[in-house]
Amino acid sequence: MTIWDFLETYGARIASGTLVTCAQFGLAAIIAIVVALIAGLGKLSHNGLIRGVSVIYIEIFRGTSLLVQLYWIFFVLPLFGITLPKFAAGFISVGLNVGSYGAELVRGAIQSVPKGQWEAAYALSMSPARRMRRIILPQALGLMLPPWGNLLIELLKGTALVSLISVTDLMFQAKQINASTYLSAQSFGAALVVYYILARFLITPFMRRMERVMARRLGRA
Amino acid sequence: MDMSAFPLELPETDRPMVRFMNVTKSYGRLVVLDQLNLDIAAGEMVSIIGPSGSGKTTVLRMLMTLETINGGVIYVDGKPLTHMAKGGKLVPADERYLRMMRSSIGMCFQHFNLFPHMTALQNCMEGPVQVLGLSKQEARERSEELLSLVGMIAKKDQHPSRLSGGQQQRVAIARALAMRPKVMLFDEVTSALDPEVIGEVTNVIRKLVAEHNLTMLMVTHQMGFAHDISDRVCFFFGGKIEEQGPPDILFGAPQRDRTKQFLSAVKEAH
Repeated sequence: MTIWDFLETYGARIASGTLVTCAQFGLAAIIAIVVALIAGLGKLSHNGLIRGVSVIYIEIFRGTSLLVQLYWIFFVLPLFGITLPKFAAGFISVGLNVGSYGAELVRGAIQSVPKGQWEAAYALSMSPARRMRRIILPQALGLMLPPWGNLLIELLKGTALVSLISVTDLMFQAKQINASTYLSAQSFGAALVVYYILARFLITPFMRRMERVMARRLGRA
Repeated sequence: MDMSAFPLELPETDRPMVRFMNVTKSYGRLVVLDQLNLDIAAGEMVSIIGPSGSGKTTVLRMLMTLETINGGVIYVDGKPLTHMAKGGKLVPADERYLRMMRSSIGMCFQHFNLFPHMTALQNCMEGPVQVLGLSKQEARERSEELLSLVGMIAKKDQHPSRLSGGQQQRVAIARALAMRPKVMLFDEVTSALDPEVIGEVTNVIRKLVAEHNLTMLMVTHQMGFAHDISDRVCFFFGGKIEEQGPPDILFGAPQRDRTKQFLSAVKEAH
């Protein structure tokens, strides 16, 4: 079977798997970014309770395996009365996992904004929330964009694990095709190429563009 | 600590713009300022000089409430700054009270600290819009007027990264003035500048002294400048005011040995 025949026969399934992977990626990325921001800020909070919750979240999700977290959320939470559809369990697990790494990026970037910026905002009598929103976060965002690019690629690759709870993503389709045809090289080869294209030609250029926008906003471009 | 020795408010008849009353600041066991008493009258320009580590900058940072104090009370315009009245007693000020009180104080820093993600104009408008609640239109007019005053109106749409050190410091002065402070603090504002641009910043401060009735407190290493524009010069040594007086006397005929030593050491270095 030539590669063309393979694509003609199974292209539609690979395409539908790719769409599911893209949806998983997008939704997981939104969760990761929101949670990272909350936990990153929470870890810097003066309130011990908020700080404690953030630290526990980061420790649990960064310190244990994504696959185990996925199984927990999908197979164990129902025992406590929380049942999620597999599609939701998939992107929520991946998002929460990556968000714990992101939280450290947010915290690190905020702490890297020079102290003088805090002091200047303080001297203008800005409230703590306004200092953060107007002065510190916009600068921290510029500092954390490059590592976020890496993290989002990690996130994309992490979504392949959702196939293990039968979310019909790209990896799931590749495994199904392989199981029924034994065309391992073609099925997994196609998955490999699609993941690479998504990372290299969608995520990376998008992040570069964001970095350029940030540089322009800082008057450096 | 017994706070009863400190009035809730200074009486009308004895109300300097700024009063440090027995103010002590220490880091652990290191005493940076020891029982400081200093009055600054409304409209007065006071310069602080002294060797590094003598507590000069700490005086400004305490007044900006960037540093908490360990003893004593600071009053601004008769009202306590570091403390607030509660049930007829002075208690340490909370965040909200500090924020309200420090809006009457403006500060310029050694390293300018302009916001890099905003243009010169936006830097000046930020405080008036976000803190004072002015409309954008009002804030823009006020900021443009001040940028003209410091000679930076032509560069108002530039980001700080496109400006020289002297230009950035002039914008920083405009930014602080845009809050209409009663007291302006200048913390070694020329120390990070190349020698050839120091003049453009000192000229702005000279203009402020000549044309505006602001109360100003300045820490500087430029003795000539301090001599020219100050109403009074304070020489700090070891966390205390070693000597103070009108510039002609302090620079021309200092009384204390440490002042003489310091001034002659500075003269030799130039």
